[in-house]
Amino acid sequence: MRPFCYARPNDLSEALSLLVEHGPDARVLAGGTDVLVRLRLGHMKPRIVVDVKHIGELRADIVETEGCLRIGARAVMTDIIADHRIRRRFPALVEAAAVVGSVQIRNRATLAGNISNASPAADTAPVLLAYGATVNVIASSGPRLVPVHEFFIGPGRTVLGPGELVESIDLPIASYKTGAAFGRVTRRRGVDLATINVCCLVTESRRVRFAFGAVGPRPFVVEDDLSAVALAEGDIGALTGGSSRASQEAALDRLLAQSTPISDVRASRDYRVAMLSVMSRRALDAATDRLRLAGT
Amino acid sequence: MVPAAIPITLVVNGRQHALDVRPHHTLLEALRDQMGLTGTKECCSEGECGACTVLLDGRAVTSCLVLAVEAAGAEVVTIEGLAAGGRLDRLQQSFIDAGAVQCGFCIPGMIMAAKYLLMTNPHPSVDEIQNGLAGNLCRCGGYSRIIGAVASAARSER
Repeated sequence: MRPFCYARPNDLSEALSLLVEHGPDARVLAGGTDVLVRLRLGHMKPRIVVDVKHIGELRADIVETEGCLRIGARAVMTDIIADHRIRRRFPALVEAAAVVGSVQIRNRATLAGNISNASPAADTAPVLLAYGATVNVIASSGPRLVPVHEFFIGPGRTVLGPGELVESIDLPIASYKTGAAFGRVTRRRGVDLATINVCCLVTESRRVRFAFGAVGPRPFVVEDDLSAVALAEGDIGALTGGSSRASQEAALDRLLAQSTPISDVRASRDYRVAMLSVMSRRALDAATDRLRLAGT
Repeated sequence: MVPAAIPITLVVNGRQHALDVRPHHTLLEALRDQMGLTGTKECCSEGECGACTVLLDGRAVTSCLVLAVEAAGAEVVTIEGLAAGGRLDRLQQSFIDAGAVQCGFCIPGMIMAAKYLLMTNPHPSVDEIQNGLAGNLCRCGGYSRIIGAVASAARSER
């Protein structure tokens, strides 16, 4: 690794002033599971690495607040997976966080780092998009709220400016019944980046939301009246079969057509298109099952 | 400009150590090159293979993805720490008994990952063992016996 300086600020103002002072020469270090790889490969050449794990204001826990579960910037995947409130209310996030890297990676990697890294293939991104999460961003000029669908700009790029940090991520607790599920395709069971990933969320008001990763320059979300089409004639079961199947298929295909996958080292474009269809239907089925269970 | 070394203290295998570490050196490098604990192996250097797995404050991590300076004040357990009293850990013994060691290079990481698995889940299913070791690669392909050895160690604990 190329040499760099290391700073371990204990409070937010110190951290933010370091980031402002060094601008593009500074890199934020949280769990380090992406940053250290990129430092070693020379993809990042910071003069200073700012370790944010000792900043008192950044929390490592998950708290319930104002109709949300708030996940602190220092919370690691292992703790998110184990949290009983996340497991009960946001099972798709558990599914996604549980397949990030390996046990060793999940013991270090933070959710805030996963989204700040802005990989188009980040497993937690589609889930946060489907659940309509909000990113609490902190800067020396003060805090701001960024809906997660506005957070990602492109590969490796977010709306975070120099001197801005993710402070926490809010998952809104829906006042209505929902069901959501996550799925992905990888080549290896552990430690692989997703070839594609998808999260589907269905609501009792019969909306369907799909969020996709690795099929475009950034993770993105689409929403439609698919369920209204599918459910107009019957109960929730109609979503996965019955007379509305054809219209449901057509509506789903329209949603999937919004993806723009490319060919790369992990898969060809054609394979991604085909698997997106398969995984979306599976996620829809699983989400529908969960909505049905939530209704009983 | 060469950034100065940073003095840190940490506990490794129950013993307090004081070191001066360069900011860009990893915990893995500090363990192997500064403390002489070469049981922890370097292989892929990007968190894919698990050969460098150690326990950091009770959690399995790949020490190639942790800066040495990040371990300041932490407690680290390496493969050497498992047999600290001169007696093999039950996992080490069951790896030997099961013939789970071929070339041996992945084994320290495998055992540390398995140690963490049994700390957090004392009686794992085969599926849970596979998941617990999913971050550890064995180029000899000895997975079947490795998983058997972990299952056997878990049984011997009952």
